[in-house]
Amino acid sequence: MSQASGQKSSTNEFIKGLWKENPVFVQVLGMCPVLAVTNTARNALAMGLATLFVLLMSNIVVSALRRFIPKQVRIATFILVIATFVTVVDYLIMAISLELHKALGAFISLIVVNCLILGRAEAFASKNGMGRSIMDGLGMGIGFVFALLCLGAVREILGTGELFGLQLFHDGFQDWVVMILPSGGFFTLAGWLLLFNWMKKRKEGAR
Amino acid sequence: MTGDPLWAIFVNACLINNFVLAYFLGICPFLGVSAKMATATRMGGAVTFVMLVSSTCAFGIQKLLVAIDAPYLKLISFIAVIASTVQLVEMFIKKMSPGLFRALGIFLPLITTNCAILGLALFQTNKGYNFVQCIFYALGAAVGFTLALVLIAGLREKLELARVPDVVKGTALALMLAGLLSMAFMGFAGLGG
Repeated sequence: MSQASGQKSSTNEFIKGLWKENPVFVQVLGMCPVLAVTNTARNALAMGLATLFVLLMSNIVVSALRRFIPKQVRIATFILVIATFVTVVDYLIMAISLELHKALGAFISLIVVNCLILGRAEAFASKNGMGRSIMDGLGMGIGFVFALLCLGAVREILGTGELFGLQLFHDGFQDWVVMILPSGGFFTLAGWLLLFNWMKKRKEGAR
Repeated sequence: MTGDPLWAIFVNACLINNFVLAYFLGICPFLGVSAKMATATRMGGAVTFVMLVSSTCAFGIQKLLVAIDAPYLKLISFIAVIASTVQLVEMFIKKMSPGLFRALGIFLPLITTNCAILGLALFQTNKGYNFVQCIFYALGAAVGFTLALVLIAGLREKLELARVPDVVKGTALALMLAGLLSMAFMGFAGLGG
């Protein structure tokens, strides 16, 4: 592969995670944190960034070790690598903001079992070089942050009338309490998926 | 928390704080294998077994980690235990029922990354339950998971026959159903005290 096309494909790895293969809206991966911690935009952002970090680091390590990991025990190895970085993030968040750590609760530890991270390790990082794996991790991670923000913002605006803690509406605004409850998470995600499906259908129809 | 009666722990994990519908744990298999009733019940069975075993092991590990003063190893050792239990179940099902093995497909090894199981291990540690309470908590969570899976599978089987717009088909529809079920389960709040 020539230098130029190598350059181009690594940009592609980055772009695809943002939109065309967005982990949440298109691949429907890593649903649990998506629904659980997106009741405010702030939590969503923190969760997204933590996941981005773990995804990036695990992609780097898995891609660096890909020649040394025996095929039979690869999944177990990936999980251990991921669990290590999640422990790091867990203690990091605890050090930065204890309040945030309380709000996210066990869901930081549960990044370990985010299918997205294991999926990228298995499907991409274990087969590709480090440079491309970094781009892939960044793209997918930022796509994930974007999706979490989409959900978190909608739920916070409708559920409390605020965004990042700033009041948006006049006092007369009636909160949709259901949006910050669990069922609101399901409805919001369903709504976003519908929007994406509709856009995809319309694009196909136009062709 | 440690004084909770066993039935309250069970009802709490099963209905009020249902793992799928209130904590959003185990959404992937919930959406993935809930299209058919038969696979849903069997998936529930497999998850129940893994939950019971891993809950028991997690209890022991937690005691050990406290004894050697290494809490930062918690996550890594929990996930290692869960992964090996899943491997065991996979080998068992493959031997005993190849048909079921094919039906569950990729979702069987993915039980490892089922957040409900790791979540269970973490929650029971946070709540400081004793051994018997842990077992009941695991049982409640497993029954709750199976219940949610079976309920949604029933709804989805019915909707196979309904005429829904093209855009809604698939995951979006399943999510809306889940939202409605989750609302219904909110009615259980306050049941176990």
